[in-house]
Amino acid sequence: MEIDYSKHKHVVVIYPHPDDESFGTAGTVVKFREAGVPVTYLCGTLGEMGRNMGSPFFANRETLPEIRKQELINACKEIDMDLQMLSYRDKTMEFEDEQVVADDLRKRIEELDASLVITFYPPYAVHPDHNAMGRAAFRAIRDMDPDKRPEVWANAISNDHQEILGSPDIVIDTKDVFQKKLNALKAHKSQIDGMLQKVRQGNEELSEFDLALRYFQYETYHTVTFD
Amino acid sequence: MKSIELNKVQDYLDQWTNKPVYVHVETTNGAYAKHFDANAYNVGAYVRNAQITYTQGKIVEQEGAYRVGLKHEIGWIYAEGLTDFEFNENNQLLMAGHDADGRLMVAMQLSETPFNY
Ligand SMILES: [Zn+2]
Repeated sequence: MEIDYSKHKHVVVIYPHPDDESFGTAGTVVKFREAGVPVTYLCGTLGEMGRNMGSPFFANRETLPEIRKQELINACKEIDMDLQMLSYRDKTMEFEDEQVVADDLRKRIEELDASLVITFYPPYAVHPDHNAMGRAAFRAIRDMDPDKRPEVWANAISNDHQEILGSPDIVIDTKDVFQKKLNALKAHKSQIDGMLQKVRQGNEELSEFDLALRYFQYETYHTVTFD
Repeated sequence: MKSIELNKVQDYLDQWTNKPVYVHVETTNGAYAKHFDANAYNVGAYVRNAQITYTQGKIVEQEGAYRVGLKHEIGWIYAEGLTDFEFNENNQLLMAGHDADGRLMVAMQLSETPFNY
């Protein structure tokens, strides 16, 4: 499938956690940036309640927010993406007033004049914050004037999502830009090191690049329309 | 953080006996437990910035892990599985238990001033 990246005006990525962008969409972002399209990340929280503290661990509950904030800033630099931090708190997004979150998202989407929004597909996104952020983003777009609504690409990651939603509509092979994606992933040192060590077991012969590629090469989306 | 030293932590607990402090307590097995194991079940709870005045705080060791109990006027606060601690530059006593991969499983933290929220 050939995607015309340059046809877009502005891509807005909406997720709750520092690192969601690097796992889910970093390669896609690089492809848009290489086509000259601006991309902005609206990041909901600082992941301040994450339980990964580095491996071996170097963070604690009180230092984690600042560490993850810096990791997020660095990751966005690696893939040349603008960043807006929304200052919600990790693990609490689903308890916020969804309409208030949606109104704020809509304002930002409209200000950025987004032609495409990338977010999580609720309720197929496993983490409660992912689903809450996706729901608020969907609501924000539903609230927009139908003529002005951006396209929506949504990540479904739950184990059952294929049965329910079918195969993804968009599958992006990030191999040709994977070094940048890997750089973004590695910017999240407190989160990624443990994961890479885990998947390395049994794959000792692979380079770090090939190991990461095996798990994170493809970025998949379901397109969503609101009528 | 470093491995808990019982006497040091007991001294930190003692300094706040009968003084109002803010407590952070949490336990978690992560948001992906069930995602990776259909038989598992996500559990967790956290309290951030409850204010209590404990009349007795005590740390107890068993087989390399620690429990801390705070007795107060009308009840208790308790955490099990603590292994590491730090008394940071903001005069906060941080205690946590980590799994073999360094992931936080349980935490209990005390501070005279509220934790960032
Ligand atoms: Zn996430």
